[in-house]
Amino acid sequence: MMLQEKKCMHYELVGNCLVIYVTDDLDHHAVTSLREYSDGLIEAGNIKHLVFDFAQVGFMDSSGIGLIMGRYKKVMFLGGRTAVTRVGDVVNRIFTLSGLYQIIEKYDTVEEALQMLQKSNRKKEGKKK
Amino acid sequence: MKLVIESVSENEAFARTVVAAYITRLDPTLEELADVKTAVSEAVTNSIIHGYVGKKGEITVNCQIHGKEVEIEVIDQGVGIADIPKAMEPLYTTKPEWERSGMGFAFMEAFMDVLEVESEPGRGTKVVMRKEIGKEQEE
Repeated sequence: MMLQEKKCMHYELVGNCLVIYVTDDLDHHAVTSLREYSDGLIEAGNIKHLVFDFAQVGFMDSSGIGLIMGRYKKVMFLGGRTAVTRVGDVVNRIFTLSGLYQIIEKYDTVEEALQMLQKSNRKKEGKKK
Repeated sequence: MKLVIESVSENEAFARTVVAAYITRLDPTLEELADVKTAVSEAVTNSIIHGYVGKKGEITVNCQIHGKEVEIEVIDQGVGIADIPKAMEPLYTTKPEWERSGMGFAFMEAFMDVLEVESEPGRGTKVVMRKEIGKEQEE
């Protein structure tokens, strides 16, 4: 899938997983355009799980928590899961302090996150049979 | 140091970067720098979202260094806060529809040593934060 460039982020679709690579510091300003754009992608359909990659994010405040929680709620109702990857120390402190790790998963790499999320797809499909 | 900015979201990054540059003379650790930047970002964002509710206004950021302590004031002439203790409760927000997490004041409290909020409906809000820099290296 081609990577699409957009302010503050680019994304990739892998099966039913949407990977959002955040490319800017995540404050109220960045969140405004990121929310609109990511919701457009989620609502376009066929997306179950979300991965937010933080490799390029050096700063985040409580606006970022609101963004992740909002997207988490959107996919949760359809049984989707939300993961974050490549989280640096600064952002990790904010996630830890906010308690966000109680509802979202953290992985070292995007590949690892995708593997775990797709594994959960297969398990569920297996149960149906 | 006195910085006066318009209440637009583009200025959030500018305000926290200026304050971070101002305190470099205290030789802060990366963690202390991140703490101060987050606290300033929260206070300025509050002024923009809640103080001026999206309208144009001025936000003043005053910084002073006393010994090893930095004092930061973030002042707006916005709508003010009727119930300050309620506003400071973690997870409480008046703007859930905008996905505000309700953690702004909680982060300011967690990342700074002292947080004081003065506000009155119709008369704006003044947030005063203090933090001693270099505590961790000494310990």
